Amino acid sequence: MSGLRVERTLGLAQLQDCGRFGTRHIGVTQGGALDWIAAAWANRLLGNTADCAVLEIPFGGVTLLCQQRSTLAITGGDLQATLDGQPLANWQSFTVRPGQQLVFATPASGARGYLAAPGGMDAPLLLGSRSTVRREQLGGLHGDGEALRVGDLLTIGSSTPAPAHVPELHRLASAATSRLDLVVGSQIALFSGRSLFAAFNEPWQVDQRADRMGLRLCGPALHYQGQPMISEGIPLGAVQVPPDGQPIILLNDRQTIGGYPRLGALTPASVARLAQCAPGDTLWLRPVPLERALREQREILDALVNAPLVRLP
Amino acid sequence: MQCAMKYRLETVGIDVLLVRLFEHIDEENIPWLLAAASRLRGAFGQQLIDLVPSYTTLMLHYDIQRLDDRDARLRVQQALQDLQPEQGETAGQRHELPVWYHTSVGPDLVQLARAKGITEQALVKAHCARDYRVFALGFAPGFAYLGLLDPQLAAPRLATPRKRVPAGSVGIAEQQTAVYPSVSPGGWNLLGRTAVRLFDPARDGYSLLKPGDSVRFVAIERSEFLRQGGDDTPLEPEA
Repeated sequence: MSGLRVERTLGLAQLQDCGRFGTRHIGVTQGGALDWIAAAWANRLLGNTADCAVLEIPFGGVTLLCQQRSTLAITGGDLQATLDGQPLANWQSFTVRPGQQLVFATPASGARGYLAAPGGMDAPLLLGSRSTVRREQLGGLHGDGEALRVGDLLTIGSSTPAPAHVPELHRLASAATSRLDLVVGSQIALFSGRSLFAAFNEPWQVDQRADRMGLRLCGPALHYQGQPMISEGIPLGAVQVPPDGQPIILLNDRQTIGGYPRLGALTPASVARLAQCAPGDTLWLRPVPLERALREQREILDALVNAPLVRLP
Repeated sequence: MQCAMKYRLETVGIDVLLVRLFEHIDEENIPWLLAAASRLRGAFGQQLIDLVPSYTTLMLHYDIQRLDDRDARLRVQQALQDLQPEQGETAGQRHELPVWYHTSVGPDLVQLARAKGITEQALVKAHCARDYRVFALGFAPGFAYLGLLDPQLAAPRLATPRKRVPAGSVGIAEQQTAVYPSVSPGGWNLLGRTAVRLFDPARDGYSLLKPGDSVRFVAIERSEFLRQGGDDTPLEPEA
């Protein structure tokens, strides 16, 4: 059998692509790689289309046995990957031979690593996506929303594009940054002045309660002074404040509608940065003008398509 | 009647606009929300990534590689000019959902009837007595918030949500009712179960119920529920 055989996993590694779109009005979540920038670079390194599924590996703990010749790519959090015991540089593609063992250990920096393969990881297309959403029993390798299990076989392409790496400039996950940019939302004026000052001037800690739906921050309690809200659509990166005053940042697998007031929404680039944070990390929230956030987003999207890769000798 | 619909347009993300049409939950909102959704789908076409309707709002996620905030706002304003509520066939489908109301699959039926001071039969009859509208979908794929209930049936959510509510379970919370499309945790008061599949990745459109549809529950016997392919496994009390 060819492909990549799963020999070890913590039960968190799962297939993700750009997400599931056009179905949020029927309650289906967005899904998709949390660090969408790292995932996109992994695909780019192999010349894959942007919608190819990659393996999202939170916190390492994954061993794969290569059963065919291929070129693979790793990006995102540095999981101290090795191939047959030899360290692999992150943010690059590399060739593998049958029998070689690819190990993702523990994060040296960041939290989530991404592994891409030529043509994408094969899986059934469900509602237009291969993204795994456990809560919805949708997507993933077997289409049932489950993460990878020991013994699973990842079917991959066999083309061997020349190894390359991502220019340093574009390796966002490795840039140790604890600043998250936020575009303020409609309820911002309904928080107390003191709460707003605290929100943007005091440090926040990433709580243990964090998953693909949302991530809780611990810090000063924020007080919302408006009326209770009626449930409405929730954008990616929304910073919602439940009655206990501790914000929850809503991520790719969030519920589609909800009724907590919000400070605003993180920029997509900040959502990607947040995906590389671990419980206990310290963060700062910073409001940014919409124009600036849009410019940054367009620059990232442009680089993903047009920035030249660095070819390896 | 010519009526200029007032709304607020809010930027809620770098590529997301929220159209706020109403301040309160009301069935009268639905035809307007449907009309606005249909206009916006038309106006944005391929540049629309997702449109999320809810009780009083529509959230638009659009492609910023092809539209910027200003253009998107302009497009919303043009699309919603002279908005008229949807009428007739475009205003949602009507569905009948057969339900086996029984304490073994609806463990809150007895308690709820007692709390309301009515018989279980009267409670079931009241639940089946009107058409409910789909206000919004959320919580899980195909989970439709239906309302509004006869105020006499309204009941708070359970103090402790169940860890496991089986697919097809029919429940009540506050002034709304719903069917759980798949097994999940849940805090609604359960009255019975339907054999109808509410969410199916193989079905065209995936979800049986869409925003604006209407639903009438119809009480059936256990034998009919089983004939329809229902699973009558009783809901075990949770530790």
